[in-house]
Amino acid sequence: MQMTRMLATTAMALGLAATAQAATVPAGTTLADDQTYTFWLLDAIKSMDPQINTDVEGSDVLRNLFEGLYNEDGNGELVPGVALDHTVSDGGLTYTFNLRDDAQWSDGTPVTANDFVYGWQRLADPANASEYAWYMELMQVANAPQVVAGEMPVDQLGIRAVDDTTLEVTITTPLPYFPQMLVHASTFPVKQSVVEEFGDNWTQAGNLVGNGAYTLVEHQLGERVMMEKNDTYWDAENTVIAQLTALTINDSNQALTRYLAGELDRVDIPAGQYPRLAEEYPDQAKSTPYNCSYIYMLNVGEKGPEALKDVRVRQAMAYAVDRDIIVDRILQGGQRPAYNWTHWAISDFERPALPWADEMDQAQRIEAATALMTEAGYGPDNPLDLRLQYNTSDDHEKIAIAASQMLKAIGINITLDNYEWTIHTDRLQNQDFDMARYAWCGDYNEASTYLDLMTSYSGHNNGEWFNDEYDQVMADSKQAEDPQPLYQQAEGILAAEMPIIPIYHYANVDMISADIQGLPDNNVNNTWYGKDLYRVAQ
Amino acid sequence: MVATTENNVATAQVTKGRSPWADARRRFFRNKAAVFGLLLLVIVTLFALFGGFLAQWSNEELDYNVMGQVAELGGPSIASGHYFGTDDLGRDLFARTVQGTQISLAVGVVGALIAIVVGTLYGATAGYVGGRVDGIMMRLVDILMAIPYMFVLILLLVMYGRSITMLFVGVGLISWMDMSRIVRGQTLSLKGREYVEAARATGVSAPVIILRHIVPNLAGVIIVYATLLVPLMILTESFISFLGLGVQEPLTSLGALIAEGAGTISYGTVWQLAFPLLFFVLTLFGFFFVGDGLRDALDPKDR
Amino acid sequence: MFTYSLKRLAIAIPTLLVLIVVSFMLMHAAPGGPFTSEREIPPDVLANLNAKYGLDQPLWRQILSYVWGIVTQFDFGPSFVYKDRTVNQIIAQGFPITLTYGLISFALAVIVGVSLGVAAAVRHNTWLDYIAVGTSIGAQVLPNFVMAPILVLVFTLWLGWLPGGGWQGPEYWIMPVIALSTSFMASIARITRSSMLEVLTSNHIRTARAKGLPERRVILRHALKPAMLPVISYLGPAFVAMITGSVVVDIYFSTGGIGKAFVDSALNRDYAVMMGVTILVGALTIFFNLVVDILYGWIDPKIRY
Repeated sequence: MQMTRMLATTAMALGLAATAQAATVPAGTTLADDQTYTFWLLDAIKSMDPQINTDVEGSDVLRNLFEGLYNEDGNGELVPGVALDHTVSDGGLTYTFNLRDDAQWSDGTPVTANDFVYGWQRLADPANASEYAWYMELMQVANAPQVVAGEMPVDQLGIRAVDDTTLEVTITTPLPYFPQMLVHASTFPVKQSVVEEFGDNWTQAGNLVGNGAYTLVEHQLGERVMMEKNDTYWDAENTVIAQLTALTINDSNQALTRYLAGELDRVDIPAGQYPRLAEEYPDQAKSTPYNCSYIYMLNVGEKGPEALKDVRVRQAMAYAVDRDIIVDRILQGGQRPAYNWTHWAISDFERPALPWADEMDQAQRIEAATALMTEAGYGPDNPLDLRLQYNTSDDHEKIAIAASQMLKAIGINITLDNYEWTIHTDRLQNQDFDMARYAWCGDYNEASTYLDLMTSYSGHNNGEWFNDEYDQVMADSKQAEDPQPLYQQAEGILAAEMPIIPIYHYANVDMISADIQGLPDNNVNNTWYGKDLYRVAQ
Repeated sequence: MVATTENNVATAQVTKGRSPWADARRRFFRNKAAVFGLLLLVIVTLFALFGGFLAQWSNEELDYNVMGQVAELGGPSIASGHYFGTDDLGRDLFARTVQGTQISLAVGVVGALIAIVVGTLYGATAGYVGGRVDGIMMRLVDILMAIPYMFVLILLLVMYGRSITMLFVGVGLISWMDMSRIVRGQTLSLKGREYVEAARATGVSAPVIILRHIVPNLAGVIIVYATLLVPLMILTESFISFLGLGVQEPLTSLGALIAEGAGTISYGTVWQLAFPLLFFVLTLFGFFFVGDGLRDALDPKDR
Repeated sequence: MFTYSLKRLAIAIPTLLVLIVVSFMLMHAAPGGPFTSEREIPPDVLANLNAKYGLDQPLWRQILSYVWGIVTQFDFGPSFVYKDRTVNQIIAQGFPITLTYGLISFALAVIVGVSLGVAAAVRHNTWLDYIAVGTSIGAQVLPNFVMAPILVLVFTLWLGWLPGGGWQGPEYWIMPVIALSTSFMASIARITRSSMLEVLTSNHIRTARAKGLPERRVILRHALKPAMLPVISYLGPAFVAMITGSVVVDIYFSTGGIGKAFVDSALNRDYAVMMGVTILVGALTIFFNLVVDILYGWIDPKIRY
């Protein structure tokens, strides 16, 4: 969550899973009288406007107040939301969505295709200045770049309502994972009359009209968000949890204490506490893979240090970091050591065999690293000085401290630089760093979401590692029938060139009340809906 | 009260012509709390200066035997060489407490020094020159005092990154204004004294009079106030560290160690809070007691 | 007295202006802006955002229009980050909370601190005195960020008596008030005690006693008022320190006050909120110092302005 401010969408199989909506309570379950669910927010919710929100935590709230075309189930498969299904034109460029006719806004009026048109236009409208306007371009919606740039009126955007229950979207390139992108909160519909009546205040409790399973009752900034079951929701009958509460607690240790005191149903477990909690509360401590990778990005560009332009130094650094210690002794929450870039749980992806990962133990790696450093002309007489920059967080700090000690063993003196997130990002984007902590969360469940980032044209390649061969491989993968061998080839190039030092692959490490059921247990993006939950009697 | 008997003693021996400083020293060492405070400060200072020689580990070495099982294996122990236990990463808390004490003392002392230099000169100048200059200078202090400094300091540290220089600048900014007011008040009363008048009559320049005649006579007040300022600076630093804006790792301060230990208090690693807090409290006690003692000793009529 | 107050108020305006200009400069010179994003925002969108919030204007014009908005409409502008709220709304939500626990803490610190200090002075060198001095020195050096997690651990997790955070009713006020007031209570007790001891040995109290007035009356009618002077001059700095302490309270007890709003706004580069809170706190500081001065003058008429 803190590792990035990005939302994530998931691409799974194309077909919609036929499984049921809302809470599927198995027969014979006794439900508790108290059907409430209280979850943790690290920070205040910045906006409840689907087209303005940029945060993961904000999306958790928005998915309950609004509903998009499709939702995800516990396995990350698409299930119908407002759209029942869709058809794709031959070229794969036109999507026609068939909307349900019983969807309603919380004021009782029907949700129509026009509400989606309005929402999407709002996202792209330069007058609205949404930070997420680029998402329309990422989705390849026709004319999105021109609309965002203000060169075309918003009604030229490639979305139109054929009738109240038929929505048509035109895109410019075939995108196999396009439907999965519709789970994203920024594509949710909003009600034009409400937005126009209240202006910027339309998302405040009392004004907000949504089409989700819950309505906003109270929003005390930085304190709590309260939502109640929405009776006009089309599947209200099967919604079990009557009240959702989100509590903002700025300190994760404090949040855990309050969970243990029974004030919350779900919190993140701070680094290092999972083993103890798993032993003490085996039915509550959970760890599941999460679609993000943690790396140290090396600056090999013009403004970077000379030493890092030497591939031997980069390899030596990657070898010297003992990932097992970071994962098993610092984080201790079921994360996995990373020897490559793409998260291990990405569907269909398999890491290529890498000698330094598979055939060497840490002692051998250190040996190899020392040899590489000597070869590159560094050693005890000629130590290398580098700066390691990370954004403020206890965990990033601990890992950076450990890494600096590990690199010291091969004669690299690290100076640590702790910056607030804004400065950290600013320095990254200005190539003002030697090595910097970086994490990427996949936008969808396919390897290209990671691998595209290292291309010379990605706009995220802050270390300025530009490699023609790599660009070519990634370009080829777009056309390939089976891109997986190309993805492996790309990972091979990364391992040989080592422009980044992979550290670990994320996991979601949570305490969840034993009586809460229905949270996704196999969804790498951890997309959850309050309407799927229920509390059993104990 | 004690002071009364002391005065009698002092009067009785006045024929020997002792300096007022010797009197003050006598009074100070008669005060049990002050002596106790001085003892604490000596202990803490010795710890900060020479504790490093006793440490078996450096302040940044990771003990891989302990790391990952700190709650079970990282407790205080003579056998492992971690006298105060280890922190979450298996770093020796003894070495880190020594190092943290150094930083905290440095912040306190530097803050007080800035207050002494800037505050004294500013206040003495305003008081001595007087008139319109005094008015303007003191209005300026009024304006600056109404600025919520902690907020400005947070802005500085958040936006320009944390560094020890910035921390010194920050505490220095906060500390000098009260001092300048106190010094100005005292200067006003000294201004009319004969020796100042005499110096002025013989044509000694204003800066020389301020430095040679005014400031030395303010030494008592300045020392007392500076001593009481040190603990406040240390407390300020600890708050900054709590916000995560203190010194950069691997350096640390007592405030940073305490904040870290307090956050994880329920995870079975109480020593991470206890030892840094102990030295923090001892340091503050020491300065408070010594400061109070000095005040009583240097200005017996004041209390 | 009246002219003095007017003079102090006149200083308030340049002070606030200095504060606004300095904070504005600091903010805009800092790296990163309110729209810094991990995924670099396309220049077109960024231009739109900057235009929407007036950040495309030269700095002097931004300052002018900002001050103009405050002076003419008391409008502190929209938050750059909390997009559905204006700064006025954020302050309107957070400030009453900070004010509630702040004033209760303040009152508690003064009442308990003064009572404890007087009791200790009157029963000088008895067990009561020793206990009062001991606990107040201890409380004075214990940072509130240490006390806060301990309170939650004891009263929420172990005893289950109090909610661990939030702001929903009086039971939510207790721990913030304890955490915030303790060290000030201790300071006030120490100051009261030493000043009371001094007053009690002074001539006019000896005279009062010699006249045979009851001890209670001597203390309450004759000793208390002069003994309060050092306490009152401590109240100004104490008030500012309490507002600063609200940052800790907001972080540990999720109270949603303006302390945390300020830190967040600095981290998020939410220029408008940051300016709003800074000006609010600056104005409060000026106001409170004025109140303290007037109070001081009322108790000690010898002070001339």
